[in-house]
Order: sequence, then structure tokens, then C-alpha cells
Amino acid sequence: MVELAMFIVVSAIAVIGAAGTVLSRSVVYASLFLLLSLLAVAGIYVLIFSPFLALVQVLIYGGAIIVVVLFALMLTRLGDTNESLDNRQKPLAAVTGLAAMGILIATVIANKWPASVDPSPASFRDLSSTLFSRWAIPFELASVLLLVALIGAIVMAKPGDQK
Amino acid sequence: MIKLEYVLVVSAILFCLGLYGVLARRNAIMILLSIELMLNAVNINLIAFAVYLSPEEMTGLIFAIFIITVAAAEIGLALAIVLRLFKSRATVNVDEVNLMKW
Repeated sequence: MVELAMFIVVSAIAVIGAAGTVLSRSVVYASLFLLLSLLAVAGIYVLIFSPFLALVQVLIYGGAIIVVVLFALMLTRLGDTNESLDNRQKPLAAVTGLAAMGILIATVIANKWPASVDPSPASFRDLSSTLFSRWAIPFELASVLLLVALIGAIVMAKPGDQK
Repeated sequence: MIKLEYVLVVSAILFCLGLYGVLARRNAIMILLSIELMLNAVNINLIAFAVYLSPEEMTGLIFAIFIITVAAAEIGLALAIVLRLFKSRATVNVDEVNLMKW
């Protein structure tokens, strides 16, 4: 019962943060709302027995991605302009989003989910042994992907060199 | 006891807010933030299914880890592209970058 109350609170924070991200009129506030939402999602991970993923979420999203986004906002100097952040298909976007939300929630409620087993936290040991045995090749490929993205980001953002 | 349905409903709400953001924003960085929201909603789904339906397999957890990796690579590269765009065009609004639009 306590778990359920905590889940409702954390989910409400996540949804408020997400709504702030997509509705806020300031880019800096939008990214800070996104940080709030991501940390609340880490709380959801803790409540559904995935502490490792919560740790990764806080480290990667809270620590890395938001900082990179704030740096990009600083470098593109968007704070001193007053132009709208939304385009003119906003009403259509709202209709599409609400329709998709209705369909998804109706599907979730209407579907008969298989009886869930009693959830228990996955141990770090099991998770890491699975990652490094069965998923070893994708793991190595992910490191190559990160290297390629790093080199690509440096090449794209390099100053001068106007082609 | 948190039921699987509750987690899926929260994830659906987050996903659709992200979808609205992608469609309604014209600032490229705001679109990227909305994409991050959508990826997060997908991660919640994967982890919930992994924990509630097949806890001994852990495939969903591994997938979520890989999605976080790919999201980090994606946002780094995309922000580099946005910076280059800002240098050459002095704007990051996607509706003003229409050189290749027919």
C-alpha cells in the first residue's frame, strides 16, 4: 500500500515534469523540467525492482545528457530571443497526442495480461553475467557506436572548416 | 502492490506527451528533449515487462541499457549537428531550414 502511494506520487512528478518539458515557454525551464521527469522515472525504476537501471538513469540522463543539452542551449543563445518555440501545427499535434494516449491506455486496460510472477529485484551479479556472456557482442558493438558518435560529434562541431 | 497496468499507463502518458512535443515544437533542441521523453517511456515499458513477466531472462533490462546507450550517442551527435546548423544559419528552428524541402 505504501509502495502504491509512492508510485502514484513519483508518477505524478514524472508526468508534471514531462508536461512542463513540452509546454514550457523557456528552453532552460524545459530542460530542467526534463531533468525532474527523468529523476522521477528513476524513482519508478526503483519501485519496480530495478535499482541498477535507476542508477544508470541518474548517471547518464541526470549527469550527462542534461548537462550537454544545457551547454548546447548556452552556445546557441536562445535565452535572449522571444520568438515562439511552437510551430503552427500545435492544435493538430495536441489532437494526435491525445488520440494516441487514448488508444494506448484503452489497449492497456482492455488487454488481459498474463498473471505476473512475484517480482523480485534482479541481482547485479545476474544482470552483469548475462550482459557479458549472452549479450557480449552487442555490448562490444555499443562501444563501437559510442566511439563513432564521439568522433562524429567532434567532426560536426569543429569550428572553422567551412566546406 | 504496483500492478503492471499502472506502470504501462504512466509510460503511455509520458510517451504521448513526448509525441506531442515532437509534433508541436519548432526549436530543434526542444524536439530532441521530447524524443528523450519518448525513449524513456519505452524504457519504462521494457523494464516493467522484464520484471513482471520474465524476471529470470532479463532481456528487457539489457535492452533498456542498450537504449540508454543509443540515446546518449544520439543526443551527442544531434546536438553537434544543431550547433553546426546554428553556425551556418543562425537559427535552430526546423521550419526555417527548408533548403532541401521541395
